[in-house]
Amino acid sequence: MNLLTDIFLAKAAFIGIVFAITLGIAAYSTYFERKIAAFMQDRIGPDRAGPFGILQPLADAVKMFMKEDFIPANSNKWLFIAGPCLSMLTALMTSAVVPFGDTVTVGGVTFDLQGIDVNIGILWVFGIVSLGVYGILIGGWASNNKYSLLGAIRAASQNISYELAMGLAIIAILLFTGSLSTKAIVEGQQNGHWNIFYQPLGFLIFIICAFAECNRTPFDLPECETELIGGYHTEYSSMKLGFYLFAEYINMFISGAVMATLYFGGYDYPGVDFVTAQFGSTVAGFVGMGALIGKALIFVFIFMWVRWTLPRFRYDQLMGLGWSGLIPLSMYNVVVTAFGILIGKPFTVGIAGFALLLVGLVVYDQLFVKKKIA
Amino acid sequence: MQLSNRTKVMEQGEMTLAERMYLPAIVGGMATTLKHFFSKPVTIRYPEQQRYLGPIFRGHHILKKDSEGAERCTACGLCAVACPAEAISMVAEERKPGEEKLYREEKYAKVYEINMLRCIFCGLCEEACPKEAIFLRHDQMVPVFSSRDEVIYGKDKLVEQMDQRYLRDGWK
Repeated sequence: MNLLTDIFLAKAAFIGIVFAITLGIAAYSTYFERKIAAFMQDRIGPDRAGPFGILQPLADAVKMFMKEDFIPANSNKWLFIAGPCLSMLTALMTSAVVPFGDTVTVGGVTFDLQGIDVNIGILWVFGIVSLGVYGILIGGWASNNKYSLLGAIRAASQNISYELAMGLAIIAILLFTGSLSTKAIVEGQQNGHWNIFYQPLGFLIFIICAFAECNRTPFDLPECETELIGGYHTEYSSMKLGFYLFAEYINMFISGAVMATLYFGGYDYPGVDFVTAQFGSTVAGFVGMGALIGKALIFVFIFMWVRWTLPRFRYDQLMGLGWSGLIPLSMYNVVVTAFGILIGKPFTVGIAGFALLLVGLVVYDQLFVKKKIA
Repeated sequence: MQLSNRTKVMEQGEMTLAERMYLPAIVGGMATTLKHFFSKPVTIRYPEQQRYLGPIFRGHHILKKDSEGAERCTACGLCAVACPAEAISMVAEERKPGEEKLYREEKYAKVYEINMLRCIFCGLCEEACPKEAIFLRHDQMVPVFSSRDEVIYGKDKLVEQMDQRYLRDGWK
């Protein structure tokens, strides 16, 4: 019984810490988004609130809370409130299955640095991410505004389209691991056998889909000033708008953590054996947690880097890329991976498959794509 | 007719395979932004940092004194005539015996006022002045005001102080 309460308390403390880290990182993502944008445009960025402007998120939050919380007269009031709550909830729930570290022993209690280790871990992530669409869709629909609804529909159809390619990219990973559990996926990648070396194409597909799932540039079509005003959050103000924006940043961090889990070895880091031998497995576990968060933050940086580099797609181009580009590519990736595992040489077959893909593309280009005669 | 050899024919042909896959271009673009990420920002944090505006910037007006400390202005009114915005007004007064140290000419401006709301900083007063009395200084701007009472600048704000004389680059 005592053990049970101990584990319960430990889990509760861990979940609290993960929430705090996630929320803190999301809050500071807004600051670093502006800073990185500024640096890439040879500017300085926010530097007024506190030294280097590090109190800017606080000032933004105060501003958000001070604004008038407006609910349109003809909106569906409860759904209007439920929209941002659902967005926030689903964004936070995804982190439950991300293994932040190996087992650690604190105060005589051994527990996993993971919210829940379920054997459907990746399915959980996908289920919650699909639910996340509802937050946007309900918000857009409840606003009783054509622009909001159109933005929400765009977001929903975009997420559904890219979830297919994302799922197919994951199937190749699951073929390697033979398990849906995120913990098992990470344990299969220990000692530098990261999936990125076996699945570069799958990772490319996955990261592109992750951009689309997070509604980030170049796939940020749900918001569009020229066509849709603010998109699904046109009618939102005050902290409800803040929740939507916040959920986007949480999603960025969590999808970075998921990508690190699936393709970059999770909490694995070079020299893990050395740290374990020197300081014990608990310290190694916490360093691993730091490693995972570091990897996730690198992905957050890449998200921002891409945002401030690339122009956006047109909506039909986005759908074309998703349905006729990424889905066939990920299917091909699944077939090549499965063949490699079947004959027992995944690495060689992977390289051969990639070469074959390039050759096939060039041949197809030479034979069938019509050239304009200059 | 070809004027120079720098003409570049910009022909938009069919995109090559690499161009249609976009990924090489994306990597190239991201390299460009990363280069700028590490380059020095060009921002000047204005109120704290001020950049040099050049030796001929037309800023705050100043009524010069000569090297003995006597005011050069003789209240001829040419600056007021030249002023396209009619910002300058003055009241002349005859110099009394014993005031030779204060005023260089026999007539001087008892009141000399510039309305800074009217002034357009064209510098025509400076050009019109036959006594080289009024200048627009290059190193100082007219500060922002919050009340209309502060807008009309009298001799107290315009006349040069002898302990901080205004010198242009060319005069040194």
